[in-house]
Amino acid sequence: MSLVLVAEDEPAIATSLEFLLRKAGYDTCLARDGEAALALAHQRHPQLIVLDLMLPRRNGIEVCRALRADPRHALLKVLMLTARGGAADIDSGLAAGVNCYLVKPFSTQELLAQVAQLLPAGSAGHAGRESRE
Amino acid sequence: MLKGWVIVCASFAYIGFLFAIAYRADKRADQGRSLIATPYVYALSLGVYATAWTFYGSVGRAASDGVGFLPIYIGPTLMMILWWFVVRKMIRVSKINRLTSLADFVASRYGKSALLGSLVTIIAVVGILPYISLQLKAISTSFQILLQYPDIVMPQKIGTANILNDTAFYIAFFLAMFTIAFGTRQLDVAERHEGMVAAIAFESLVKLIAFLAVGVYVTFFMFNGPADIFGQAMARPELAVLATPFGGAAGNYVSWIWLTILSMLAILFLPRQFQIAVVENVDEKHLNKAVWLFPLYMLAINLFVLPIAFGGLLHFPDGTVNADTFVLTLPMSQRQEWLALLVFVGGLSAATGMVIVETIALSTMVCNDLVMPPLLRFTRARFMQHEPLANLLLDIRRAAIIGILMLGYFYYLLAGEAYALVSIGLISFAAVAQFAPAVIGGLYWRNGTRAGALAGLSVGFLVWGYTLMMPAFAQSGWASLSLIEQGPFGIELLKPLQLFGLKGLDQTSHAMIWSMLANVSAYVLVSLLSRQSAAERIQATLFVDVLSQTGERTGFWRGTASAASLQTLVGRFLGPARAADLFDTYARSRGVAVADELDADARLVRFAEIQLAGAIGASSARAMVSSVVQEEPLGVDEVMAIIDEASQAIAYSQKLEEKQAELEAATRDLRNANEQLKALDRLKDDFISTVTHELRTPLTSIRAFSEILHDNPDLPVEERARFLGILVKESERLTRLINQVLDLAKLESGAAEWQNVTLDLREIVDAAVNATSQLFKAKNVHLDVAVPTASAPVAADRDRLMQVMLNLLSNSIKFCEPGQGRVAITVSQDAASVRVDVRDNGVGIAKADQMLIFEKFRQVGDTLTEKPPGTGLGLAICRQIIGHFGGQLWVESELAKGATFSFTLPVTSAAAD
Repeated sequence: MSLVLVAEDEPAIATSLEFLLRKAGYDTCLARDGEAALALAHQRHPQLIVLDLMLPRRNGIEVCRALRADPRHALLKVLMLTARGGAADIDSGLAAGVNCYLVKPFSTQELLAQVAQLLPAGSAGHAGRESRE
Repeated sequence: MLKGWVIVCASFAYIGFLFAIAYRADKRADQGRSLIATPYVYALSLGVYATAWTFYGSVGRAASDGVGFLPIYIGPTLMMILWWFVVRKMIRVSKINRLTSLADFVASRYGKSALLGSLVTIIAVVGILPYISLQLKAISTSFQILLQYPDIVMPQKIGTANILNDTAFYIAFFLAMFTIAFGTRQLDVAERHEGMVAAIAFESLVKLIAFLAVGVYVTFFMFNGPADIFGQAMARPELAVLATPFGGAAGNYVSWIWLTILSMLAILFLPRQFQIAVVENVDEKHLNKAVWLFPLYMLAINLFVLPIAFGGLLHFPDGTVNADTFVLTLPMSQRQEWLALLVFVGGLSAATGMVIVETIALSTMVCNDLVMPPLLRFTRARFMQHEPLANLLLDIRRAAIIGILMLGYFYYLLAGEAYALVSIGLISFAAVAQFAPAVIGGLYWRNGTRAGALAGLSVGFLVWGYTLMMPAFAQSGWASLSLIEQGPFGIELLKPLQLFGLKGLDQTSHAMIWSMLANVSAYVLVSLLSRQSAAERIQATLFVDVLSQTGERTGFWRGTASAASLQTLVGRFLGPARAADLFDTYARSRGVAVADELDADARLVRFAEIQLAGAIGASSARAMVSSVVQEEPLGVDEVMAIIDEASQAIAYSQKLEEKQAELEAATRDLRNANEQLKALDRLKDDFISTVTHELRTPLTSIRAFSEILHDNPDLPVEERARFLGILVKESERLTRLINQVLDLAKLESGAAEWQNVTLDLREIVDAAVNATSQLFKAKNVHLDVAVPTASAPVAADRDRLMQVMLNLLSNSIKFCEPGQGRVAITVSQDAASVRVDVRDNGVGIAKADQMLIFEKFRQVGDTLTEKPPGTGLGLAICRQIIGHFGGQLWVESELAKGATFSFTLPVTSAAAD
């Protein structure tokens, strides 16, 4: 089963994300700020990170950059969530190596569809298993 | 032995050599390879300032007055500083208008007034006569002394001999012949006398060399250098006094100042200086070098004055030898016959140079400004038939030259004996100084009028005559001495040498003070009181603004004429061939093949007038041209309109400049405003972006949970209840946020409604404590309240003040540890303000964050724990409210040591009840 790391500081949003993802059949773990997200990513090697842009301590862009600079996370997918829909934010996100962008408030169906697209059944799980060995 | 014939031959040989130079220079000029087109020749020719007066007289003055001879040379040196401004302007004006003399200059400036031209001419001639007589005296004296070589005998008194036996008479006669030969070979004096200028420059060299030769001989051969001479002189008290300035012999500082001013004016207004500096100037740029070369020349020629004077006084101690002759008699006493002859030739140079240039200048004035105007007016019909007119003009000038030199000779007979050389020269200097107000005023003061110039010149000239000329005659026995000693009719106040009781000054300073005072005041006062005619206004503008004018001035003229009649007119004065030449050249410059096809427009008329002005003077030229041109007289109104138009154009361009400066300033302001707007715009963008973010966050939860509840009808009841609880909380959060944003917007834009009444702050605190008591209980936070016994009256809106208190209290609860929290409210009061402190023992705020918390959407908290609830707008709103009431809100805190939020409000005056 694929592991999804939820990096979100708003408790209500985090609760909803974890609920949706578990319901869709993914394992989840939660980080409340950028540092925690990085630490958790190193520790648990998720296949996907749902990353809020406006995180305390290290924001989403910084976290994404740090993950992309690390070869251990070469296969990690990043789905960025942001309350700011500005073109500049999207550009800097894409430049930092984000795979997919969703603007808050998002549709739950779209979120799940994007996650499914980023994590095709099988391959993601395989990669996940490998990285855990 | 120096026989008379040797001296005469040497003189004639020298003069002949001068002619050769002049001839060669004229030839070169014709070939277009001018000899004098260099600033060095220009500067040397300016040396015509140094005449026989300098050559012989400086030593004479130094022997009696010591260093007192210096101001005459300091003045011109100082004046050189102003030359670049004044003389350049004079040259420009004269070139444009073809002015050929000072008289023409003044007449032209004040509306081409023939009367003014005549007055200037008379003053110049009368004023310069003493100066010319001085040259005659110098040459004849030196000739007679040299004739007695090797004996040193002072010449006899003038007048004892028959005129026909008088050397001076023959000298005057021969000088007249030389001058005629030098100066009247061509008619149009505006075309420069290149030959004459070259000869004058050469003469300046000769007199300098001769004087330096005597100086070196006396200083280094008769004595052992300057130290020796001065040493011997200082040893004798009657000589030592000569070396101190402002002392006894040199005159007090008042006379130094006046002599300096006098010579400053003389270098500008002596007719010969005007001739050389302005009329004969080839290129304005020569002024640049002349302003330092000429003072250098002055310095060189004065270098040996004191050594020679002291040498003479030491060598001829008995006083039988006139100090004016030391330059000549010292070499003679040593039997240096060649040196003596060189000195004589040097003196001759100095004298002839002055006489030639001065007389040419004066004869031009006499012809153009004194003789021609009446001649043209009264005998025009007959005059116009006279052929050829050019020769008539030359004859008039020749006669004038002879006349002037003869008058100079008679002045020499009359007054020459009474005065030393220098005193005679000063009389002339003072006369020409009278031109200063009219000329300088005319160049720089637009409102100087013809009447003012006439008044100033006349009054100044009369005072000069009374205080300088008449005493000279009286002391020569030609007028009653009692006039000087007792004053006219015995009136003491009118004594010519102590006018109105002014005593203690030398004669020249005294005369200068009174004549210049009278001259300047008359010029200014009458100018202010009189009105300029149209012609005067035009000329005044042309002169004053000459340096800023560009291109050709067409003049203000309307009328009809034919090119042929104008050419004929010019031909009458300049010769038909010459006129045809001029008109053809002019036609080509206008792009027309032959002169006959020229349009007789204002330009052509002005061209013709200028050509004539060179020959017969500005005022006569005007008269002649108007006789062949059918002029429609311009009404004063029309001329005024033209001038107004011109001045409007000037005013307009000044306004344009002002406008431009204003525009630049406005551009700067706009740019600054734009920068500020951009900064504001960025702030606004940030704000909107932040608000959007803050709104989207609860909205995201609401949407997510709504969809979850919608899509999952089979959720367990407790989970369902939990999600619904989140939905309610987030909706409340959204509502609160929207309210506060709107509230802040209202406060910031000033649209909020305030109902200010006088409140007791204690009541507000009580109310707020009551409202929050549940919160305190729920979090188990202890609250202390300390209020004063007296009322604390403030003027404020009750609800707003309540809002602040509630915000501060809920904040303090929010940051306290549950169960251990303590909050204290203190109300205190002084004369001017009431203060409220809300102190908690919560987490505190870092120094760096203490400013930030009052900004919008800035929340500070430990992010490892939960984000502090609230919108981040509360403190910003509180600060707005307190600021509105005229108070201040601030925080004092340290991390982990709690925080104290305080605000003050002014005590209202309604405190009494």
